[in-house]
Amino acid sequence: MESSKVIHAFYNDDEVLLDAVHTVKAEHHHIEEVFCPFPVHGLDKAMGLAPTKLAITAFFYGITGLSVAIWMTNYMMIEDWPQDIGGKPSFSWMENMPAFVPIMFELTVFFAAHLMVITFYMRSRIWPFKEAENPDPRTTDDHFLMEIPVNNNEEELTDLLAKTGAVEINVVEKH
Amino acid sequence: MSHYEAPIREPLVLGDKSYHDITEDIAKPIEGKANKHWYIAFAISLAAMLWGFGCIFYTVGTGIGVWGLSKNIGWAWDITNFVWWVGIGHAGTLISAVLLLFRQKWRMAINRSAEAMTIFAVFQAGLFPIIHMGRPWNAFWVLPIPNQFGSLWVNFNSPLLWDVFAISTYLSVSLVFWWTGLLPDFAMIRDRAVKPFQKKIYALLSFGWSGRAKDWQRFEEVSLVLAGLATPLVLSVHTIVSMDFATSINPGWHSTIFPPYFVAGAIFSGFAMVQTLLGIMRKVTNMEDYITRLHVEYMNIVIILTGGIVAVAYATEFFIAWYTGSPYENYTYLSVGAATGPYAWAFYSLLFFNILTPQFLWIKKIRRSFIWSFIISIFINIGMWFERFDIIAIVLSKGHLPSTWWRFEPTFVDVGIFIGTIGFFFVLFLLYARTFPVIAQAEVKTILKSSGEFYKKRREQGIPSKPAINTVVTEPVVAVNDNEDKINVLFDKLGKFDPNTQTADDLKKISGVGPKLEGVLNGIGLFTFEQVSKMTKEEYDLLDSITGSFPGRAERDNWAEQAKNLLNG
Repeated sequence: MESSKVIHAFYNDDEVLLDAVHTVKAEHHHIEEVFCPFPVHGLDKAMGLAPTKLAITAFFYGITGLSVAIWMTNYMMIEDWPQDIGGKPSFSWMENMPAFVPIMFELTVFFAAHLMVITFYMRSRIWPFKEAENPDPRTTDDHFLMEIPVNNNEEELTDLLAKTGAVEINVVEKH
Repeated sequence: MSHYEAPIREPLVLGDKSYHDITEDIAKPIEGKANKHWYIAFAISLAAMLWGFGCIFYTVGTGIGVWGLSKNIGWAWDITNFVWWVGIGHAGTLISAVLLLFRQKWRMAINRSAEAMTIFAVFQAGLFPIIHMGRPWNAFWVLPIPNQFGSLWVNFNSPLLWDVFAISTYLSVSLVFWWTGLLPDFAMIRDRAVKPFQKKIYALLSFGWSGRAKDWQRFEEVSLVLAGLATPLVLSVHTIVSMDFATSINPGWHSTIFPPYFVAGAIFSGFAMVQTLLGIMRKVTNMEDYITRLHVEYMNIVIILTGGIVAVAYATEFFIAWYTGSPYENYTYLSVGAATGPYAWAFYSLLFFNILTPQFLWIKKIRRSFIWSFIISIFINIGMWFERFDIIAIVLSKGHLPSTWWRFEPTFVDVGIFIGTIGFFFVLFLLYARTFPVIAQAEVKTILKSSGEFYKKRREQGIPSKPAINTVVTEPVVAVNDNEDKINVLFDKLGKFDPNTQTADDLKKISGVGPKLEGVLNGIGLFTFEQVSKMTKEEYDLLDSITGSFPGRAERDNWAEQAKNLLNG
């Protein structure tokens, strides 16, 4: 990387921002990042972000939870210490299965929910004591910030961004 | 754009709000000081909580004998409280999960507090079975872990163990759902915080949330999937709680309609508690523009619906108990025996509080009245407590064998622990209301343009929600100093700033003014809100011609109006 200069263009409206992203993309500039105070629908598509696969991971975590529940009920109630509770002996897992449905359901949800959230935190790099990385405090209030790397085209980019309705344009050194 | 909502729908956010106004409104109770009422309420709650803790220590130190239980009535007051608190917890997840799946946007103003209520209520609920164990230090025996008794495992056939799994899953999933939604709002508080200690705390709580586009994409997907998981979860919790009763062989308990009827009852009582809490909170934290009559009305409609389900269930229970002709069924909690026996007062309380009072909500005036909704919600809270008390105490007081008949009388310890949990609940809720963003502000911002009063009005006048863009290429931000004349004209009108007698205001508080623009404004002599508040179209144009930066901005954002508000508030 020869240059680590980036342009920070501020917008104060979600619709203006979305149009600006379309314009900048149409001009074939790379958008490094957009920081938003709230989710803007269609922004990920406009930026060309790939769809997230978290829902798919949740499905597999759920399957894991279900398997754990089946293994656990079978091992504890049928294999390790089968008991005759209230005249209902533990002969085989299939015969006792209706009584295990609540446990199977709860563990499916438990695994799917928690492991998905942990995956989200890890992938988005958010956890306790993590330092925030938004470049300007206004981006959690009412401003949207578009970050574009500069490759000797500062003038051109500034002109373009000003036309898209940016309310503030800063050129900063990125460390 | 998707910012369209039929004009016939009432706005969900009142007042002429901008995105920044929402930030200000939500941050205010956290950044401001608590008033006297808060301290009084907190002191009372804390006293009640400590009294309850005293009763818990007394119970654990002496034994369960200090309660009003006997060998015939082994469950009564404590399990009533347990089911009552779990039921209250249901509305939070219902609002945040089920209403999310149904795309009900009115949930956004109330989901944060409803979820907080859920979590705090489930804490209280969890206390009762643990205390009832008598030796709470052995509570971990309910977990399926290898132990000192060979490999004696927990009994997975038992609804009581299903309860352990259901409630701990429910509590923990609700907690991460709540916290994930809180991250962007904690980040907002963090980025506004002035005091270093506050900044540190909110930086820690926000987990370093930065709000990247990818983060938001994942955030929305996670919210949706969690809602999908939490919806069947919340239905399962009270279903399983009802199975504690329904799988037994007691008349009045072994009822197949218990699961759906308990779930409806839980939502009924949960919404009543949300109504109670928000009725107070919207006043105390000045959230009247966000928690509106419309929200109250929608919640009351849910209350009428679930209350109706509960009423039909009661009627069914009463009819079936009579129709069987079985003498054992004649002392279930909804029967002629109960209506004429020693617990008749509890029987009629149930009907009065739970069936009769909610019917007033059919009247639109009452349904949209804050004070009536509040009163009715308190009645329902009491009624739903009686429902559980009747199911448990009345049924157990007359079992199959006349020699086991007994009358349950609570002791001061029973009552004390209950009061203690109410105190504990309010201690947590009051602390929450002072330190957490009580409204999911990031979410509310997404509906501002579609459902906000300001934008709805503008749309009627044919003004698009998207502000006009000024395509004039902006010059580098430097104040033009050769405009002496213009500056003089401008400040003749606005008044000159005298650093000796006046103090400069933080112009950044005006929405649209950043540190850079503030520098420019200060550069030409604009320092105070008072000066800004005097600006009109003429001055805006003059200012634009002097600075040459961001033309039209001041007018578009209506600085004068903003400055006036800042001066007043």
